[in-house]
Amino acid sequence: MQDFAASFFEAFRLVAGLDSGLIEIVWLSLKVSITAVFIATVIGLPLGAFLAVTRFPGRSIVIVTVTALMGLPPVVVGLVVYLLLSNAGALGPLQLLYTPTAMIIAQTILVVPIIAALARQTLEDLNGEYRDQLMLFGLGSLARLRTLLWEGRYSLMTALLAGFGRAVAEVGAVIIVGGNINHVTRVMTTAIALETSKGNLALALGLGLILLIIAFAVNALVFLLRAAAERSAYA
Amino acid sequence: MLKTARNWFCVPLACLFAAGTAMAGDFILLQSTTSTQNSGLYEHLLPAFEEKTGIQVRVVAVGTGQAIKNAGNCDGDLLLVHARAAEEAFVAEGGGKERRDVMYNDFVLVGPSADPAGIGGGADAGTALEKIAASRSAFVSRGDDSGTHKKELSLWSGIGIDPVQYSGGWYRETGSGMGATLNAAVGMDAYVLTDRATWISFGNRAGHEILFEGDPSLFNQYGVVTIDPDHCPNVRQAEAKRFVDWLLGPEGQAAIAGFRLGGQQLFYPNAGDGDS
Repeated sequence: MQDFAASFFEAFRLVAGLDSGLIEIVWLSLKVSITAVFIATVIGLPLGAFLAVTRFPGRSIVIVTVTALMGLPPVVVGLVVYLLLSNAGALGPLQLLYTPTAMIIAQTILVVPIIAALARQTLEDLNGEYRDQLMLFGLGSLARLRTLLWEGRYSLMTALLAGFGRAVAEVGAVIIVGGNINHVTRVMTTAIALETSKGNLALALGLGLILLIIAFAVNALVFLLRAAAERSAYA
Repeated sequence: MLKTARNWFCVPLACLFAAGTAMAGDFILLQSTTSTQNSGLYEHLLPAFEEKTGIQVRVVAVGTGQAIKNAGNCDGDLLLVHARAAEEAFVAEGGGKERRDVMYNDFVLVGPSADPAGIGGGADAGTALEKIAASRSAFVSRGDDSGTHKKELSLWSGIGIDPVQYSGGWYRETGSGMGATLNAAVGMDAYVLTDRATWISFGNRAGHEILFEGDPSLFNQYGVVTIDPDHCPNVRQAEAKRFVDWLLGPEGQAAIAGFRLGGQQLFYPNAGDGDS
C-alpha cells in the first residue's frame, strides 16, 4: 500500500514543480469540460424548463427518457461520436476527430440530460409552489418562466455542477474521440489512464488527487459566489 | 505559440470553432500500437523529427487491431504496429499502400517469481505454455485482437491447445491494453505474454519477473504501413512519407538504437531487412 503514500508525494511534486505538462493537461481538462457544460446549459436548461411548465401528450415518456439518459455510458457516447466524426462517417469532412472540439461534443451529449432532468425537477417543484401567485400577477408564460429560473437559480447551479462533475471525471468518451494525443487532446483522466497502463500507479493516483482538488476548487468557487450573492440579496 | 494564446483566451462557444481550425498546422496522425508509446520511444524519437521538419507527429496509441481499423476508416495518415500478417492483409485489401520493416525486439513470458508451473529454462515457448495449461496455472491474455494477442494465439495454436475453452477459468481475457493486462496479471499472480519494451518500462512489476525468453518464435517485428490515397483521399501523404523516410533512414534508425531504459536497449532497428 506504499502507492497511496507515494501518490501524495507525486501529487505534491507535480504541483510544487509547476510541471508545465501538468498545467497544459489541467488547462485542457477545464477548457473542454467547462465549454461542454456551457453548451449543455444552453441546450438543457430550456429543455428542462419546457418540460417543467408545459403539458403535452407523451410528456412522461420524454421525461423518463431524459432522466434515463443521465446514465448514458461514456464509452458508448464516445463510440457514436467517433463513428460520426470519423473520415468514414457522416461528419468526417469537418475534420474534428482527435481534436478538443470532438471531446467537447461528446461531453456535451453526456451533460445535457443531467442538466435537463435536474432543471426539470427543480422548476416543476417551484412551479407547483408559486403557480397561484404567478397566475395572480397575470404574468405571461415567458415571464413566469423567467421568474422560476431566477427563483431556482441556486438549485440550478447544483445541476450545472453535477454536469461539470460528470464531464471532468469521465474518460471513456474523450479517450476514443480525443485519442489521448500528447499536447493536443490529453486531459487529466486520459493521462491517469495512460500512467496506470504504464504501471506508474503512484503517479496516476497523484494525478487523480489533483483532479479531485480541481473539482473541489470549482465547487468551492461556486459556493462562495452563491454565498456572496445571497448576502447582497438580503443586505 | 500564437495558436496556443488564441485558445487560451477564447470564449467557450468560440473555442468550439477555434479548436477545429487550430488543427491546420503541419502534422500527421500516427495510429500506433501501445508499446512504442508506453515505453517512451516516441518521446525519444519525435522531437528530433519535429525539429528538423516542422511536422508534428500526433500519436493515437491503441492496440494493433484497433489501429488498423482506425486507419481503415481513414482516421490516420500512417500505421506503426506489430502484426505482420495483419499489416500485409491491410495492404492486400487496399487500405494500406506499402509496408516496411522498422525495428524488432521480442516477446517474453512473465510470471510470479516462484514460477508455479515451472516454465523457466524450458526448451521453447510452446513447452512453456503447455506446462501452464497442464498445471492450470492462471494465465492472463490481452483478448483484444492486438499484435501481442495475435502472437499469443499463434503460440497456443502451435501446440494444439485452444485456451479460449478455459476462458473464465485459469485462462483470463482482459480485453484491455498491455499495461492494464500486466496490472491484472500482477494482481492475480498470473502468467502473461508481453513485449519486452512494455515490460522493461512497466512500473508495477511487484513480484513478477521474466521467466521465459529467447525462443525465435517470440520474435516481435514492428512495421510501418502507409495509407493508400486511392482509399483515403484525405491522407497527408507527403508529410507521412517524410516521416517514413526519416524513420527508416540513418537518423531514425540510429535514434531507435539509441533509446535505452535502465541501460537496456528496447528496440533494434532493422529497416530494409524484409520489406513487402
